[in-house]
Amino acid sequence: MKSAVVVFPGTNREHDIADAIERAAGARPQLIWHRETDLPKVDLIVLPGGFAYGDYLRTGAIAARSPIMHEVVRRAEAGTPVIGVCNGFQILCEAGLLPGVMLCNASLHFACHDVHLKVETSQSLFTQHYASGAVIKVPIAHHDGNYYADEATLDRLEGEGQVAFRYCAPDGALDPAANPNGSARSIAGIFNRTKTVLGMMPHPENATDPALVGAGGGSTDGIGLFRSMVDALA
Amino acid sequence: MKAKIHVTLKTGVLDPQGKAIAHALGNLGFSGIGDVRQGKFIEIELAEADRAKAEASVREMCERLLANTVIENYRFELSA
Repeated sequence: MKSAVVVFPGTNREHDIADAIERAAGARPQLIWHRETDLPKVDLIVLPGGFAYGDYLRTGAIAARSPIMHEVVRRAEAGTPVIGVCNGFQILCEAGLLPGVMLCNASLHFACHDVHLKVETSQSLFTQHYASGAVIKVPIAHHDGNYYADEATLDRLEGEGQVAFRYCAPDGALDPAANPNGSARSIAGIFNRTKTVLGMMPHPENATDPALVGAGGGSTDGIGLFRSMVDALA
Repeated sequence: MKAKIHVTLKTGVLDPQGKAIAHALGNLGFSGIGDVRQGKFIEIELAEADRAKAEASVREMCERLLANTVIENYRFELSA
């Protein structure tokens, strides 16, 4: 699987996700600076986490208008899979590849801890290694992860199976107390209509290394997402 | 010409920062504080001298970048 990770000024998780991809695919992604106007021919485009442009104006707003994003949008519309994690999800929304927008966490606090996610469907190139309804543990690290869209958009996302992940209790129950940021309908990640674009706030790349699992927490549940992509795209 | 642009959250969109400000004003002893909404104020200097063209241009700036119309409204005035 050939992949490209787009790097903006303020991006900080590009190496984490490159490590996770290498762990699953055996090949390391190319890092692409945002001033580029062309992308190499790749099977997967990655928008990693961080604080592109310091979250100026709105989170993801400036990055979404970076030169490279014309090409990312063009490739995505032509069917190349794109995954955006955390800040990458925010950028995908601002670029119009995914509906909705991320507001400040309802708590007003930066949230940085493990959460449980319910995998809504195994029927996607990103989630085929999980069973539908499976519960996985991965970390979050964000200040603006409160997913918002109008009711009609939320109904459409649910109706067309575009919800990828929801925040849940360890047993899979959709408990409001397990929603770390106030996201509408506990949404943690969504697909576009063709399920070739995935945006998610939690960090599956930070739950792929067995060395980081211990008594204090950690998980390798995120590796399934990377194996799914490798199986679909290699 | 100068454009003065106000970007505000739409009615009904949660504004946790506004709520925090209201809370802090209460702590300072200000009474009678109702709903508080935080927004943005942006000033842009424009080379364009034609008012209608400047207005069209600023509207496009708001639609394409300055406001996210999923959650925000904008209004602006132009001055010489």
